[in-house]
Amino acid sequence: MGELANLFVKAAFIENLALAYFLGMCSFLAVSKSVKTAFGLGLAVIFVQAITIPVNWAINTYLLSESGLIGIDLTFLRFILFISFIAAMVQLVEMIVEKYSPSLYSALGIFLPLITVNCAILGGSLFMVSKEYDFAESLVFGIGGGFGWFLAIVAIAAIRERMKYSVVPPALRGLGMAFILTGMMGMAFMGLMGIDFTAFGK
Amino acid sequence: MAETNVAEVKQPAISFGKEEKKLLTDPIDSNNPITVQVLGICSALAVTTLLSKAIVMGIAVTFVTAFSNLFTSMLRNAIPKQVRMIVQLVIIAFLVTVVELTLKAVNYSIYKELSVFIGLIITNCIVMGRLEAFAMGNSPWKSFLDGIGNGLGYAIILVLVAFIRELFGKGTLLNFKIIGNTPEYVINTTDSMLFGWYANNNLMVLFPSAMFVIGIIIWAHRAWNTKLVDVS
Repeated sequence: MGELANLFVKAAFIENLALAYFLGMCSFLAVSKSVKTAFGLGLAVIFVQAITIPVNWAINTYLLSESGLIGIDLTFLRFILFISFIAAMVQLVEMIVEKYSPSLYSALGIFLPLITVNCAILGGSLFMVSKEYDFAESLVFGIGGGFGWFLAIVAIAAIRERMKYSVVPPALRGLGMAFILTGMMGMAFMGLMGIDFTAFGK
Repeated sequence: MAETNVAEVKQPAISFGKEEKKLLTDPIDSNNPITVQVLGICSALAVTTLLSKAIVMGIAVTFVTAFSNLFTSMLRNAIPKQVRMIVQLVIIAFLVTVVELTLKAVNYSIYKELSVFIGLIITNCIVMGRLEAFAMGNSPWKSFLDGIGNGLGYAIILVLVAFIRELFGKGTLLNFKIIGNTPEYVINTTDSMLFGWYANNNLMVLFPSAMFVIGIIIWAHRAWNTKLVDVS
């Protein structure tokens, strides 16, 4: 249990998908103009991560690996199968959001279908493969990674809302400033990289 | 190909007029995928530590955007709306596999360096974004040009960022030594009167510097092209 909690903290803070690996930057920068839409997109990412990573784990273990059900090494199909499942999942989320929150749906615009190509989602699945997690670990990694991404986008959206009250050179306003702010937050998160939580109990 | 637009029927299928030229040049300046549309940032951050990586990546992405736009546009009347993303992704994944295998055969060392980022072209939002925004509603020839234009707009920013990061971070360009503090460099900082102060800046090799460099490029771009300034 303690190891899983440690993995959650590691996925959410130390190896933050957005600020340590800079994954999912397109939607990160374009949807972080207001906290409300950032919150909605962040929740959608947590949801999609928490489902796709464990299911992709199952696909990878039972279908693609040599010791799986088919018994042939099919790992070269990994990209296409992972991305197809992610696309199907995102289309489901899109339908749910469209039905229950039309205002959020129109605010997220093109970036809702683009969660499919949010590199944080595919990147999370590929990290899960390369780090050889088991089922419970990949579930926790999915939720933790999604939570870290959610936290980062809400934080940057809050900073950007405050930026309205500061005097920024006209040409740097908006997008330009968002890049520089993200760079600074990335530097701050680099400070967390060396922390090892397993050493705390000893 | 069933043409729905009346104006399009009169024109030959492949023409190169003012409108087509605009499709090519617009994404390079006033509708740049990175600095204006904010698409395809992830790979722009990751592959820009070396100029050679950025050039190969730019060519690969231009190829994928051009041909995925072409194929999607050809199929656009046959794709049901509900499953469009999966169809688009299969087209993209196919093209990326072609690029990956070609690069593996032609230049293995670059292939090893780019590693996962060739695979991540699948999730590069430029490709998907242009398919959704342009190729699903325009004729194949126009979509093809739009794909090339956007690929080039992306490549230009990538090469610019990589130029700055490699030169100031490692003192080299395409692995050719430019600025450094031993005699093998072209500008030898210990002997040179002009550059005696310069030491390689390690921040330029780290991820956050790509953010700063792109931010400053956006600043310069908007100062020059004032129509793009964010008024909100």
